Amino acid sequence: MKPRVPVVDGMFTEDAGPPALLGGRCPRCGSVFFPKQWSFCRNPHCDGGPLDDTPLSTRGRLWSWTDNRYAPPPPYPAGDSFEPYGVAAVELDAEQMIVLGQLARGTDIGRLQLGQEMELVVEPLFEDDDAVHTVWKWRAGSVTG
Amino acid sequence: MSDVQILGVGMHPWGKWGRNFAEYAVVAARAALADAGLTLGDVQFLAAGNTMRNGYPGYVAGSTIAQALGWSGIPVSSSYAACASGAVALDAARARIEAGKADVALVVGADTAPKGFFGPLPGDRPEDPDWLRFRLLGATNPTYFGLYARRRMERFGATAKDFAAVKVKNSRHGASNPNARYRKVFTEDEIAESPVVAEPLRLVDICATSDGAAAVVLTSAEFAARQSDRRPVTVAAVSTVTPTYPNTDLDLPDIATDSGVGAPPPARPFRDAIAHVAYEEAGLGPEDLSCAEVYDLSTALELDWYENIGLCGPGEAEALLHSGATTLGGRVPVNPSGGLACFGEAIPAQALAQVCEIVTQLRGDAGERQVEDATVGLAINQGLFGHGSCVIVTR
Repeated sequence: MKPRVPVVDGMFTEDAGPPALLGGRCPRCGSVFFPKQWSFCRNPHCDGGPLDDTPLSTRGRLWSWTDNRYAPPPPYPAGDSFEPYGVAAVELDAEQMIVLGQLARGTDIGRLQLGQEMELVVEPLFEDDDAVHTVWKWRAGSVTG
Repeated sequence: MSDVQILGVGMHPWGKWGRNFAEYAVVAARAALADAGLTLGDVQFLAAGNTMRNGYPGYVAGSTIAQALGWSGIPVSSSYAACASGAVALDAARARIEAGKADVALVVGADTAPKGFFGPLPGDRPEDPDWLRFRLLGATNPTYFGLYARRRMERFGATAKDFAAVKVKNSRHGASNPNARYRKVFTEDEIAESPVVAEPLRLVDICATSDGAAAVVLTSAEFAARQSDRRPVTVAAVSTVTPTYPNTDLDLPDIATDSGVGAPPPARPFRDAIAHVAYEEAGLGPEDLSCAEVYDLSTALELDWYENIGLCGPGEAEALLHSGATTLGGRVPVNPSGGLACFGEAIPAQALAQVCEIVTQLRGDAGERQVEDATVGLAINQGLFGHGSCVIVTR
């Protein structure tokens, strides 16, 4: 079996329990950054030190959604047989931030509702000779709206 | 409020011409100088908006255009602020004049755009948010426009018919504009047949990518006063603000917003702040506007802008649109040029094209698309990576 490797290293973890995005948290003000991108806190009201690596909430509320009906340009690995797919913007309560992700395979976007619970999953994005390349996606949970 | 004047404007028509961007720049610059009654020898400073997709000459657009016009020894600046590049270049020129370092400045933006979706610059660059959004999500610009449009539908009950009405309006406005790329008048039925690109948006809801150029001649008030045969208008405000932390609004090209945990929310969201800062400088408000050019990257975004610039409250844009207030002949026509719907986007030229339209309206030179007795116009847009752009022009 081919190994599963993230499309981009270090953005999520599957090591401990359910998959989670990996961000940076300021030890002083608690601000969270995703991707972590830089080593320092970007809150101008804070002089906090180096960010701690932190998993983000694995559930959030659906803020908006859309889909891509046409193949995006490189570096998106659209391949030869492009299938349209959904994209979601999900609001994380604890972090007070919105995080984008593809919608999990098989999501019927016609049934989505604003504010419904969404759950982070990891799915293949593409496969080549060496590996299955994975990315995080949002899967629709129960409708709470 | 500044007293820097606009003495001349010029454009190269928008299209997909396939020539070098400097070719368009020279046409627009010469037209603006002729309109001002000046020659290159009068220009003491040249400010240009850069283009990212035309190699090194595009990154140094100021000198590329100076060379194309014929070196005249003047200092240049080259600015990049994505869609806001033209306004940032204009701000640089205005500051130069206000500082007394120049009486006459030429501001130019020109682009040659690739076909189809804009992609990131080449290379394997996981630290570049513009690369990441394409690599991980395939999040094109229309993907974001789709998210904003769906959000508007869910929050305010907007419908695809409302979005189509924006397209119908703008297509009618632009039909007589000689610089517009698309001059076809659309009906709702034709829009409904257009393929969906990013639900709920159809191809004709989303602006194309275009070639084009726009140029503006700025002068000091003293210099303008000596040109008795010209019709200068005043640059009442230029706002080139960035977001205030925490920016919890979804913004291109980021895949996540700031976190609201560690700091109080800003006084106003980013897009509202872009207009607010301009109104403050001009000492004017939305009730003073004769017309506005807003950045309709999608039809739905035009409705968002009505609220951002204070023409109406949140959720009221659809009613304002259907009242006819923003249509030519209404209280405050929006995108009398036809907007991006009729132009498509020539990135570093677009903010200047908006200013050219406002100047044309204030002078009464807009022909069939003329806004009656226009005295105050606002042009606003937003460039990715946190660039605001708003220019208010008065006569």
